[in-house]
Amino acid sequence: MLRFILTRVSLVIPTFLGVTFLTFLLIRLVPGDPIEVRVGERGIPPERLLELRHELGLDRPLWQQFLDYIAGVLQGDLGVSLVTRNSVLSEFLTLFPATLELAALAMLFATVVGLPAGIVAAVRRGSVFDHGVMGVSLTGYSMPIFWWGLLLILFFSVGLGWTPVSGRLDLLYYVEPVTGFMLVDTLMAGEYGAFWSALHHLVLPMIVLGTVPLAVVARMTRSAMLEVLGEDYIRTAKAKGLAGKRVIGLHALRNALIPVVTVIGLQVGTLLGGAILTETIFSWPGVGKWLIESINRRDYPALQGGVLLIATTVMAVNLLVDVLYGVLNPRIRHSR
Amino acid sequence: MPAMPLLDIKNLSVEFTTRAGTFRAVDGIDLTVDEGEVVGIVGESGSGKSVTSLAVMGLLGSNGTVLADRMQFGGKDLLAMSPSQRRKITGKDVAMVFQEPMTSLNPCFTVGFQIMETLKVHEGLSGKALRNRAIELLEQVGIPAPESRLSAFPHQLSGGMNQRVMIAIAIACNPRLLVADEPTTALDVTIQKQILDLLVRLQKERGMALILITHDMGVVAETAQRVVVMYAGQVAETRPVDALFKAPRHPYTGALLDALPERALGKRRLPTIPGVVPGIGDRPQGCLFNPRCRFATDRCRIERPALFDVDAGKARCFYPLADAPVGAGEVL
Repeated sequence: MLRFILTRVSLVIPTFLGVTFLTFLLIRLVPGDPIEVRVGERGIPPERLLELRHELGLDRPLWQQFLDYIAGVLQGDLGVSLVTRNSVLSEFLTLFPATLELAALAMLFATVVGLPAGIVAAVRRGSVFDHGVMGVSLTGYSMPIFWWGLLLILFFSVGLGWTPVSGRLDLLYYVEPVTGFMLVDTLMAGEYGAFWSALHHLVLPMIVLGTVPLAVVARMTRSAMLEVLGEDYIRTAKAKGLAGKRVIGLHALRNALIPVVTVIGLQVGTLLGGAILTETIFSWPGVGKWLIESINRRDYPALQGGVLLIATTVMAVNLLVDVLYGVLNPRIRHSR
Repeated sequence: MPAMPLLDIKNLSVEFTTRAGTFRAVDGIDLTVDEGEVVGIVGESGSGKSVTSLAVMGLLGSNGTVLADRMQFGGKDLLAMSPSQRRKITGKDVAMVFQEPMTSLNPCFTVGFQIMETLKVHEGLSGKALRNRAIELLEQVGIPAPESRLSAFPHQLSGGMNQRVMIAIAIACNPRLLVADEPTTALDVTIQKQILDLLVRLQKERGMALILITHDMGVVAETAQRVVVMYAGQVAETRPVDALFKAPRHPYTGALLDALPERALGKRRLPTIPGVVPGIGDRPQGCLFNPRCRFATDRCRIERPALFDVDAGKARCFYPLADAPVGAGEVL
């Protein structure tokens, strides 16, 4: 097991290098450097521009800048934001809980709805429910996130007025951030009104972000269940005289969960990518929105650091899923 | 008047609805099994023997329709039972052992869990008593170090060991009838003998009835008291094992016996039956066996024979074979 984890961790190194290199290069391909973008139309004397560029090290050859950056990263230094002058790591860590809270709830939503829907669709294969679930999930999967988000805002926030349009918390409330998770912080502070407000703010972004994973989970559960339901051991379970609920909910589901968990793990990448769009639409103060702003400001260190940290998160989750896969599947566990 | 049979099936048919239409896999068979009796069902692949057993167990999927004039177990009408009433019998009074031990056990649960599950559901055992009973069962089916095997997963055991576990699950609640569907087909020859011996021993010790489904005539000769030979979903011949092996009445039975290697000693080639069992779309007119039968006449090609009385049993043939061993010394 330890060897397995070490092998996996060593595979992370090339991915790290690739991600760092690509982000570094791509953001520099975008016209306009941080200084030009900041001064905008006001303009700046050419001597002053050169001076500032020199100060930020932007006048040196790209490969030197890259090597410097890598050297910093290897020592755990992600640099400081060119705009706020704060450490990139601390900015990320301040904003990350908001993204994590949203992503976790979206995943919860996708699993809680998608898993049962997939199971029932498989058991009632070919029924109206089955076709309904598959149709809806195909639609959900194909829909652009930003459009879906705007539709929901238009209907529920603007039309019905049920949910707020943007943000994490109503302006009436202030809760001291302890964990950074609004639902937890409001409860810890005993502010139930604030808790409700936070929950209201979460519902729409959660649905928007959770839609694609929901579709994937439902489809995967259905196909995994269909495969498992045809297995010999399901016939054995029935031959034991077990009730249908136990045959499906225990004997079949336990086996079908193995591929489903893998898929859920892979969705974490999609989720963090989707968070960038969702957070922008809902003005959600998380890392997604922060990254978009960093691109607009050409805040090179912030963007590079942010992408690197998100990539790290995704890789860590994938590693965790691989370990969990072994726990779920006895045949894998014993061969390691 | 003879005692009522344990299993009493009259005119059982099983139909499957496929895209190509309705297919009758089992066509009007009668089957009775007495308390403590060993009945062998033999036939080639596609003769309907497994489907018959699944119908008895109530394990056919939703696309399989069971039609029967009578289907009784221990005097109770299986056809009139609700699914939940049926489940109380299935796995308890009627249990089944399947062909593929490696895939018939759930790979995600330990052997112990899978044995104890049956005991928990049907006998309501729990705790120490449950565990002890599971160990006892593993011991009875000849698994060494049973205590340590409880926590093993199926993939950690061999095919023969898994089949023993399957048998332990099947006999857990002292069934009155055990259905074994080709229990040795997927196993090594040496293991086959052990598993058969185990089944026969358990059957004798417990006095349970046993339906042994196989395509191996040799297995039937060793274990069964009565034989049902099936062909294309119908009963071709049903007679006591001694009489059938001494003098088969249906040409199909005769041909099956001729194809036994031990009966073909001294011949240059092992006799075989030309052709295959008719499938969904190509059931012949007249006797279903006529295209492959050496003795078929024009009557066999037009008229479908009923099950006629022959000595000590029945055979579905207009021209039952005489006492002389069939095919002896003949060149096919």
